[in-house]
Amino acid sequence: MSSPTHDPAVLAAIPVRPSRESFAPPRARLFPPIVWAGVLVVAALLAVLPLLNLVFPAGHALHISAFTIALLGKFMCYAIAALALDLVWGYTGILSLGHGLFFALGGYAHGMYLMRATAAAQGADRLPDFMNFLDWKAYPWFWSFTDHFPYAMLLVVLAPGLLALVFGFFAFRSRIKGVYFSIITQALTFAAMLLFFRNETGFGGNNGFTDFREILGFSITAPGTKAALYLLTLAILLGALVFARGLTQSKLGRVLTGIRDGETRLMFVGYDPHWFKLFIWTVSAVLCGIAGALYVPQVGIINPGEMSPANSIEMVIWVATGGRGTLIGPIIGAGVVNGLKTWFTGVFPEFWLYALGLIFVLVTLFLPRGIVGLVLMLRERLQARRAA
Amino acid sequence: MDRRTVIKQFAATAGALAAGGVSPLALAQGSGPIKVGILHSLSGTMAISETSLKDVALMTIEEINAKGGVMGRKLEPVVVDPASNWPLFAEKARGLIAQDKVSVVFGCWTSVSRKSVLPVFKELNSLLFYPVQYEGEELEKNVFYTGAAPNQQAIPAVEYLMSKDGGGAKRFVLLGTDYVYPRTTNKILRAFLHSKGVKDSDIDEVYTPFGHADYQTIVANIKKFAAGGKTAVVSTINGDSNVPFYKELGNAGLKATDVPVVAFSVGEEELRGVDTKPLVGHLAAWNYFQSIKNANNAAFIAKWRAYAKAKNLPNAATVVTNDPMEATYIGIHMWKQAVEAAKTTDVEKVIAAMGGQTFDAPCGFKVTMDKTNHHLHKPVFIGEIKADGQFNVVWKTKGPVRAQPWSPFIAGNEDKQKI
Amino acid sequence: MHFLFSLIRLLARLMAVVSDAWRRQVSSASGVLRPIAGLVLACALLAVVPQHAHAATATPIPQTLLAPLAADDTDERLAGIAALGELASPAAAAVLDALGSDRLFATESGRILIQDAQGAVSDPETGETLALPEDASSISINNRLRVGIANALAAQQILTGDVPTRLAAVRSLQRDVDPERAPLLRKALEQEKDPQIIALLRLALANIDLVSEDSATRLSAAQALANATDAGVKTVLAARLVKEADGSYVEPDASVRAAVRIALHRLDIHLSRIEWLGNLFYGASLGSVLLLAALGLAITFGLMGIINMAHGELLMIGAYATYVVQYLFRQFAPGFTDWYLLAALPVAFAASALVGMALERSVIRWLYGRPLETLLATWGISLILMQGVRSLFGAQNVEVGNPSWMSGSMVVLDGLVLPYNRLVIIGFSLAVVVLVWVLLNRTRLGLFVRAVTQNRRMASCVGVPTGRVDMLTFGLGSGIAGLGGVALSQLGNVGPDLGQAYIVDSFMVVVLGGVGQLAGTVIAAIGLGEINKFLEPYSGAVMAKITILVLIVLFIQKRPQGLFALKGRSVE
Repeated sequence: MSSPTHDPAVLAAIPVRPSRESFAPPRARLFPPIVWAGVLVVAALLAVLPLLNLVFPAGHALHISAFTIALLGKFMCYAIAALALDLVWGYTGILSLGHGLFFALGGYAHGMYLMRATAAAQGADRLPDFMNFLDWKAYPWFWSFTDHFPYAMLLVVLAPGLLALVFGFFAFRSRIKGVYFSIITQALTFAAMLLFFRNETGFGGNNGFTDFREILGFSITAPGTKAALYLLTLAILLGALVFARGLTQSKLGRVLTGIRDGETRLMFVGYDPHWFKLFIWTVSAVLCGIAGALYVPQVGIINPGEMSPANSIEMVIWVATGGRGTLIGPIIGAGVVNGLKTWFTGVFPEFWLYALGLIFVLVTLFLPRGIVGLVLMLRERLQARRAA
Repeated sequence: MDRRTVIKQFAATAGALAAGGVSPLALAQGSGPIKVGILHSLSGTMAISETSLKDVALMTIEEINAKGGVMGRKLEPVVVDPASNWPLFAEKARGLIAQDKVSVVFGCWTSVSRKSVLPVFKELNSLLFYPVQYEGEELEKNVFYTGAAPNQQAIPAVEYLMSKDGGGAKRFVLLGTDYVYPRTTNKILRAFLHSKGVKDSDIDEVYTPFGHADYQTIVANIKKFAAGGKTAVVSTINGDSNVPFYKELGNAGLKATDVPVVAFSVGEEELRGVDTKPLVGHLAAWNYFQSIKNANNAAFIAKWRAYAKAKNLPNAATVVTNDPMEATYIGIHMWKQAVEAAKTTDVEKVIAAMGGQTFDAPCGFKVTMDKTNHHLHKPVFIGEIKADGQFNVVWKTKGPVRAQPWSPFIAGNEDKQKI
Repeated sequence: MHFLFSLIRLLARLMAVVSDAWRRQVSSASGVLRPIAGLVLACALLAVVPQHAHAATATPIPQTLLAPLAADDTDERLAGIAALGELASPAAAAVLDALGSDRLFATESGRILIQDAQGAVSDPETGETLALPEDASSISINNRLRVGIANALAAQQILTGDVPTRLAAVRSLQRDVDPERAPLLRKALEQEKDPQIIALLRLALANIDLVSEDSATRLSAAQALANATDAGVKTVLAARLVKEADGSYVEPDASVRAAVRIALHRLDIHLSRIEWLGNLFYGASLGSVLLLAALGLAITFGLMGIINMAHGELLMIGAYATYVVQYLFRQFAPGFTDWYLLAALPVAFAASALVGMALERSVIRWLYGRPLETLLATWGISLILMQGVRSLFGAQNVEVGNPSWMSGSMVVLDGLVLPYNRLVIIGFSLAVVVLVWVLLNRTRLGLFVRAVTQNRRMASCVGVPTGRVDMLTFGLGSGIAGLGGVALSQLGNVGPDLGQAYIVDSFMVVVLGGVGQLAGTVIAAIGLGEINKFLEPYSGAVMAKITILVLIVLFIQKRPQGLFALKGRSVE
């Protein structure tokens, strides 16, 4: 090798700015083709189901009951929430035990609009029932404008978003990490749950919001509306998946995985993790809120119990079961765990908690990468066997 | 707890019938067992009150089946556990009606649970029998209320407290769990007290959440409030919060002769978990007490004891009966009578046939289902707690009282008084 | 400074009164039954000697006097009770006592029969013992009659009976401002020797004198009442200051009004002081419960850095162990049921410790270095444990009764009520803390535990068996949780969901207190309890709790390592 030259003429001839792209890893595709295929097939199957419900009458072999449609819609909302949680946990390594709070806040925001619509349908100037038994004569200030659908939708995004922004700003700034952070998210959701259980807070207390009649003029119990909500949820789920995938495959995504794998090292390299964490935390909260907003009209009730720590911890297990850090995994996990729950509580109700507990233990001990990890491992074994 | 293999059976049947083109709904009209849903919390904070209702319902169904069933068809109970979780109540109700195709549901205790399931019953046009005292302000076509409305429990109790025999109370502490039933009942009571000349400064409203366990400060505040005049406490605390409340009351030495506490959701069942010796003299208002002496009640109690022993229920040796159990018993029998009168389990026809049904109830009176307002005419009893956990009746109405679901003490109900 | 001295003086007085009360062994029964209990005692003492000649020497009470007791009209019955009270004989007192305890029976024909504490039924008029007839039903009473019985009995006991009986009798008569009582009270005052009872008698008389015709009497009564400590006196005083419709006061004399105002003011000061001390006590009680709940968690978290989400269930296992021990005592040793708690302590400790150690060996050991996974795995275990308990014991709550020495309360400082069960639990939690301190600082195991907490690798190099220490520490922490469960079983409900109510609170205490020292947990627990109870009168229970949670979250932002952090050099 020649010794480095100090001749200015030679040095000037060397191109000084190498292209950034050459240092960056090759841009990954959004999904490998097989995964695309799988996603599209499943999406198509799911999209067909409401048609089966509407077209065929009850009793027909191909009829899907409204109950199943509502159930699947609920599962898909949970899948969106799991996806949101995966963004912060699977990719950034922040375990939040309070994401149920954002889910519920989005649900409550939408619920306020629906309650207004119900009360208005019963008569002009009528207040929801829970305000009547509190002897309130008018809507409190935080209910203003919620009879306008666009504002309610804005609130669905702003309520969880602002809370996440403020909480995250202070939490990440003080460098709270790991278990401590998880504990304080749990405390946050618990405090919010206690607050919403109070009737004086103005969100229906223990009753929550229920008895919705119409949304945007359509009757909420009509099969057509249910089908529309279902398809909307499916669309948003797919959109969220694509969005999240794009986010995690970008350079931002690389920084996030860097935060997860070695935050101190990342800081020494020159990144300030605070803003990245705050960004993904807020995005995740907003996505969760949207999931909650879709959940409420399909399930027909929202109650402070959604904010209980147990609910949030269950969300974490959906992500863990499916496989965190994979985006497809949490969706599968949400579907599998909730499907098991519905089946168990119907047939063997007293064994459901054993099963759920076992899922927690087995997944953490033996399946750290979840179902997706299991599939990948099997595929590797198969490939290794074929290669050998 | 009964295992539900119904889904499997139904799926198989539905599949077979669908292939043959027969709707499974037709089954309801024809032969085969009639499915009856039981929707009570078997775990969680309300299990202390609701589990016995499930057992009494099963006992009544067994009794009816032993006598030949309804229209010759056996009743088949379908039991679910909504676990004191109100959204789960709605989900389970929907499952019972839409999946299990029950003809009627007997269930709910808290008004929250009832309000949660109401939209489901309205949407799917099914029938609910609600056996617990509640706050009124409701009259739904799909619900029959076999428990007390405020004028059959709360108002007479407060009137008794204000009377000389009841202690001549001048100040009132309205203590309740924070949900719709205590809130509405207290609203009604406040208006009633105003009408009797009691000022707002002599009324103190306090609410605690479900499952609250630390009543030290509240009991201390009651004592402080009582310093201002003869005070009585009206308790609408629900569920197992009653146990720590009564324990604190007993330990703090707040005697019934100084500050009597009348409770609307505490009966013989809730007192089983408490040492009742320091509570002697505190009151409860119901439409039935186990200590009422008549042949009907003796038979009811004996049946229940035998059933508990036969089914090995926990603490079978010390089981008690209470008002919601009696109401469940009455409700199931009245439904049976209505179905036999209408000759079908079709909901509309049964609703029409329910009005006017009568039943010789264990409380010693013939209770009647009102022709129009879906409520029972029930007598009112006020009882004092005895050291053995039973109640001693200190006051009662002469006969059954007609329910006023729309309380005249709430503004806006003026034109609903005829109902 | 002045405040500090008065606080110390208060505490000294508190301790003096406490020891005084213990010496006198104030009974724990309710006030209404106390005079009755005292009378039963007196009767028992009187009746012990002439046991067999009981029927012969007891004064017969004619059925005509007894008949009104079973009447329908309450006023008639009250008159009957008062008449019996005036008889002032032990037999009449026995009848009244039986009426108050559901031991007086009426047959169909109207004959009244009395049943004594042993169950023997006799006729009070003739004295003959007989079996209880089929048609006899127990005569029931209501609250108004209870008051009448208590007053009638108190009227007797105020002159006879021993010191506690007389004290109880005066206390129960204090509420009764019937002027007809005055002669009785004056008679009692003449022959009374005990200074405490004399003071109370004077106050009771002052109560009555406050409404007398003579204004001088009223003035002296108002001045005497300045020493009153009973909250009921406030009503009487305030009634004198009520303004009538025409603008004049109920009390015409201005000097009397002034004296009444002074008395009210002093009473208010006394009552607010009692209230403040009461809040202090409630906070200490709540803090002791939090301490017991969180201590085990602090040890395991401090040592191994894992948050055990199944900690609440270990509390629950301790509580259920207490239930089982109580059940066994009731079945096999009914005479000793009062002492089941002492047996329950080691059983609960062992049960929870075993479960904890099993947990550690089977699940947690594989997850070292992965705290978040441990959190999830232990949450799963908690679900399994909860459902297991549900299957074994049923989903409903089980009844765990307070032993008799823990029921009731003692009254100190003229008005502060301290329930025995809470006092015992405060003492117990302090004992547990001392025990843990001794264990950690004076035993070999404790030395190992501290070594591993500070630097695991180094400790292992020096020869400390870290695996075994981990298991034993987890067992210790779980065992303490079991002890906490025993305490919780005495205060509230015991059900499968017991642990869920305390898990968030335990975390808050541990996170706030830090894991450096035991002192952190103690101070955090007591501090949180006190803050909660001082906030509660203003904001209600729920808002107080929410405020505390928010404050903790904010505090942790400022100081993530908690109050007492482990000193050491580390980047994180």
